[in-house]
Amino acid sequence: MPPAAAPAGRDLRLDLFRGLALWLIYLDHIPSNMVSWVTIRNYGFSDATEIFVFISGYTAAYVYGREMNNRGFIVASARILKRAWQVYVAHIFLFVIYMAEIAYVAASFENPLYSEEMGILNFLKQPDVTIIEAMLLKFKPANMDVLPLYIILLAGFPPMLWLLLRNATGALVVSVVLYAVVWYFDLNLPAYPSGTWVFNPMAWQLLFVFGAWCALGGAERIGKVARSKPVFWIAVVYLAFAFLITMTWYFPRLAVYVPRLLSESMYPIDKTNLDVLRFAHFLALAILTLRYVPQDWSALTWPIMRPAILCGQHSLEIFCLGVFLSFLGHFAMVEISDGLAMQVVVSVLGIVAMVATAALISWYKNIEGRKSPRQATPNADLAGGEA
Amino acid sequence: MRTLITGPLLAGLCVAVLTGPMRAAEEGACYVAGSLVHADFALPRTAAAIERKHVSIVVLGSASSSLPGAEGAAKAYPARFQESLTRRLGPDVTIKVVVRTKARDTASEMVKTMRPLLADEKPDLVVWQTGTVDAMLGVDPEEFQTALGTGIEVLRGGKADGVFVNMQYSPRTDSMISLGAYVDAMRFVALQREIPLFDRLGVMKDWNEMGVFDLSTATKKIDVAERVHDCIGRMLARLVVDGAMLAKTNVTGSGSVDTPNKDNH
Repeated sequence: MPPAAAPAGRDLRLDLFRGLALWLIYLDHIPSNMVSWVTIRNYGFSDATEIFVFISGYTAAYVYGREMNNRGFIVASARILKRAWQVYVAHIFLFVIYMAEIAYVAASFENPLYSEEMGILNFLKQPDVTIIEAMLLKFKPANMDVLPLYIILLAGFPPMLWLLLRNATGALVVSVVLYAVVWYFDLNLPAYPSGTWVFNPMAWQLLFVFGAWCALGGAERIGKVARSKPVFWIAVVYLAFAFLITMTWYFPRLAVYVPRLLSESMYPIDKTNLDVLRFAHFLALAILTLRYVPQDWSALTWPIMRPAILCGQHSLEIFCLGVFLSFLGHFAMVEISDGLAMQVVVSVLGIVAMVATAALISWYKNIEGRKSPRQATPNADLAGGEA
Repeated sequence: MRTLITGPLLAGLCVAVLTGPMRAAEEGACYVAGSLVHADFALPRTAAAIERKHVSIVVLGSASSSLPGAEGAAKAYPARFQESLTRRLGPDVTIKVVVRTKARDTASEMVKTMRPLLADEKPDLVVWQTGTVDAMLGVDPEEFQTALGTGIEVLRGGKADGVFVNMQYSPRTDSMISLGAYVDAMRFVALQREIPLFDRLGVMKDWNEMGVFDLSTATKKIDVAERVHDCIGRMLARLVVDGAMLAKTNVTGSGSVDTPNKDNH
């Protein structure tokens, strides 16, 4: 079977939506932020995490698939693992920031009302265990679950990519089977101090591999079906259904209109194991996006789209920055004011900081690229650094 | 037939008219978050106990159901709840409140203590405060949800009503403890098993937003904590009285005392 060819040129839609997903993740990570009402998780089952994982799988296959075709399994695998290592280092960096925040609160905050909540600081009393568990990816404080997922997905990606290049559909079947097995036997990785991973990598790999499959020609194969009228209407109906169900969460009085049989079969909608309802919701969103945002959509080159695209092109750095900024923003809200005006200011400033940093990183890559002629191959810089 | 329907309606109306002003006086500044506190489901056993003029209640919880210090027990919400209930129900109804708090118990650890508790105290109502410890330890939310369901079954088997109390709103630790999945799990079990839920998290968030209490100040003083607990006690008492009243109208209206038991599977 001939290896699938990677499509020519970078699909700006991927950068745009990954950038938007990073903004939404940032907004969702600031606790008690009214601005996060605009994010998609409030209007359906799936949220920005699905977009992020899917696009990450897509770009990983796009970049490393070409690498594997051109330079072989070993070289491509080495590059994928190097990327996983970078993400791991980024995770540890975020963990250090988190520790600093916690240690500060432990030293400066006291309130008899919250003796129970201060228990979260107990792990400071045994840093030996905590730091090692964090390095083993088992201790994952609040909002630090996405990078460990990404590390595992990348680390396991080389054999999957190899299979995808030889038999794309077969690889997708393997992925679905793994997903089904995980659901059937309720498998997950252990976490510290108890419980399991918040994002089960063995379940979420389905979305990652599906993204990779789409990048390696799958998108063209299902393109006709995905663009057909009946599928479009099914997607619209499903999105409307998800929207109505979500409304019953925010207005519990509406919950009585949800038939008991439906709610019993539907709940809980499991984020940890990528519930099939969430996956379907993401698919429905993707189908609508395909219809309304074509690859050659002229607006993609408009200046107004530039900030989100820039962020999407440096996703790892911007993701980490977003987690850090959400800590900082929350800190500012607690210290200064947590009024609505402050929430808006924190949200907007955070996104501005993300865009400015992305622009700075682009500039760096640009000057570094000019120094070494090997980097000057078309597009390699843009895509190669950011899978 | 007509009297059957209008009877309870009229009674309900009278109760509403009579309790309106009394409510405002009883709840004071706490009232701003009042719209969040309502009994969605009836408390039939509590209603029957009120009728018998003797109500036995157990508050089962973790550290946030208590306050530190010598006066802690008297100032914490379980004691304030008892006082408010006495004021609302009148002096001829005896109200006994037993407090069982263990600082670091998860929901499933609390379930284990329930059977002996029910045998010893024979409560008509168990106020079950839980969730924070589970969230801090990162217990699998599904496991937490199962524990809540099991606990409710045990309570019903022991012929007690249940009321859930969820987490506190704690702005300082908001970014460190992910409560979301546990809040949702409790809300879901409450709906599924028809258990009234006292949304402590939402109520405290409202108080903080509206400036009734400033919850993010660092302080060693206990006065704000005491006033917060006082308000929680009063609002909880309102929810319990509402739930009992709902049971009474249910009895006269449809005669379905045993509805809460129908999904004991």
